[in-house]
Amino acid sequence: MTKLSYAKALNRALADELARDSGVCVFGEDLGAGLSGLTPGLRDRFGAERVVDTPLSEQAFSSLALGAALAGMRPVVEFQIPSLLFLVFEQIANQAHKISLMTGGQISAPVTFVVPGSGSRAGWAGQHSDHPYSLFAHVGVKTLLPATPTDAYGLLVSAIRDPDPVVLFGPTGAMGVREDVTGELLPVPIGAARLHRAGTDVTVVAAGHLVHEALAVAEELAPEVSVEVFDPRTLYPFDFAALFASVGRTGRLVVVDDSNRMCGLAAEVITAVAEQGIPLRAAPRRVTRPDGAVLPFAIGLDRAVQPDREQLRAAVLAAVQAN
Amino acid sequence: MNETGPAALYRSMRLIRSFEEQALALVRTGEIIGGTHPYIGQEAVAVGVCAALGPDDQLTSTHRGHGHVLAKGAEPRRMLAELTGRQTGLNQGRGGSMHAADLTLGILGANGIVGAGAPIAAGAAWAALRQGSGRVVASFFGDGALNQGVLLETLNLAGLWRLPVLFVCENNGYATTLPVEAAVAGSALGRAAAFGIPAEQVDGMDAAAVHAAAARAVARARTGQGPSFLECRTYRYEGHHTMERRIRLRYRSTEEVEAWRARDPLERTAGLLAAGQRAAIDQEIAELIAEAVEFALAGPHPDPAEALKYLYADGLLPRPGHPVEVAR
Ligand SMILES: Cc1ncc(C[n+]2csc(CCOP(=O)(O)OP(=O)(O)O)c2C)c(N)n1
Repeated sequence: MTKLSYAKALNRALADELARDSGVCVFGEDLGAGLSGLTPGLRDRFGAERVVDTPLSEQAFSSLALGAALAGMRPVVEFQIPSLLFLVFEQIANQAHKISLMTGGQISAPVTFVVPGSGSRAGWAGQHSDHPYSLFAHVGVKTLLPATPTDAYGLLVSAIRDPDPVVLFGPTGAMGVREDVTGELLPVPIGAARLHRAGTDVTVVAAGHLVHEALAVAEELAPEVSVEVFDPRTLYPFDFAALFASVGRTGRLVVVDDSNRMCGLAAEVITAVAEQGIPLRAAPRRVTRPDGAVLPFAIGLDRAVQPDREQLRAAVLAAVQAN
Repeated sequence: MNETGPAALYRSMRLIRSFEEQALALVRTGEIIGGTHPYIGQEAVAVGVCAALGPDDQLTSTHRGHGHVLAKGAEPRRMLAELTGRQTGLNQGRGGSMHAADLTLGILGANGIVGAGAPIAAGAAWAALRQGSGRVVASFFGDGALNQGVLLETLNLAGLWRLPVLFVCENNGYATTLPVEAAVAGSALGRAAAFGIPAEQVDGMDAAAVHAAAARAVARARTGQGPSFLECRTYRYEGHHTMERRIRLRYRSTEEVEAWRARDPLERTAGLLAAGQRAAIDQEIAELIAEAVEFALAGPHPDPAEALKYLYADGLLPRPGHPVEVAR
């Protein structure tokens, strides 16, 4: 049995895929040095030709990866900070994502875009603390948000093997998570949710690092409230069937989501359940960042705009006490 | 090897010109919706460059892409079917004028975003180098793209990594209505030179001259000497887009347009043909285009129930926007 960290799991997934498929390659900044945690050791093992240290040219190397994918390769692109995704929204959302449809299925674009360190990085302020997964789910780019090391491993492997563009977010809040691992690490299918904990009173939908907060709340409330913790793992495509089954059992729904409230993931989850006509015993609740949030610098302010355990606990209690 | 004599160059230019004239007519009759960006006047560039490319070489194109796509060998009738939104089109009616692609011919697609094709071309070239395929990739773009950051980033990477790319700037003097003099600080060639990329200016109204320059660049790329940059001085006779007539934009003088028309690339090349050759080619192309129109307009319209087919290569179908089926 070994302790596997989230960062190490991503690193191992990438190493395994580089070893398995000679078409896999990586583009990004400071990869040789392994600055962001995705690539330590990989350049020495696979060479600078496959683990490519790029100049600071995100727009060019994002579409360059697409061009390489069109030529039969399976590139992975690493971004040092999540807000760089705004810089390359054109390359991901407007080029890579659209090319299969626009060419009438002549082209597929198997490019994986990874941010190992998304969301608040305490003290990094406005331009380094975004967690823009909802934007990609909205556009329809396959969007992955693993919460645990084994899911991080399995989803990155699946992303690399997938024929479509995929964006994988490794939340900063989860990078330190460690897990006891026995046996082989396996791919995790894209589009399959995971029930971390079964419960009967309320379904808490949580993604990324917030899964761990939800599990803590569930544990705390365990004597009085039976909380089911539902982790979609992939935000697009979303495992609605599993969600409906869970909410159908519990009859209550709370969503905790580290994206902005307006047009965010939580809004979609609640709407989908409402549309499905699943009878709820209490009004659904969501705990999110505020509308249009920009994370301020001072740590108290940073925390104030992130969803947290206290808010989640209050929302769960409000849901179960409502009826 | 490609045929590169005047007859072949003329034939290819005649095909593009006639195709474009036909497309303009179909825009007027409403068979082509959304309009097109006419390439008329610039034919020598696409034809000269593509004559220097082999069948395995690839290209990325622009919003004004018909010429590049046809010059690389796309079937005119499937291209016209695409422009008229038919299932029989190159892209099964999902792409239209600005996204025409034919992967079997190395046409990685026209592109609706200025400058966006350049990094894609560089990526295909990077892969070609890694795969040892000897493939070369041409990237066409207008003078407007010279001011896109992503193009400059791409020139840097291509120069740095000696990628087998041929950057082809079609300088037709305008980005929509903005004259190049009011847009580009320094020069097109200067941009390439700054990244250590050999650059050369060519008369873009002379197919043979473009071909000669492109052939030198392709040879450099194939022998591992990295990217080259061609600035082709050319002109579009028509408006930026077929919509332009309707809004009556005025940004260039009749004299200017006439002066460029007097240097027509088709006429120039036709002057090198043997007696009777031109008429024979013109006749052949006229028949080809007539047949293309028939094919295009007879093609079935794609099924609206399959509007988002091909969005994902793995066949994932998105949820519909409306939960209840509406009969149309
Ligand atoms: C990045 C970007 N900005 C603006 C537009 C709108 N637009 C389409 S074509 C065009 C002009 C392009 O000029 P140029 O690159 O010189 O090519 P030309 O039309 O002359 O062939 C503009 C502004 C666009 N498609 N993409």
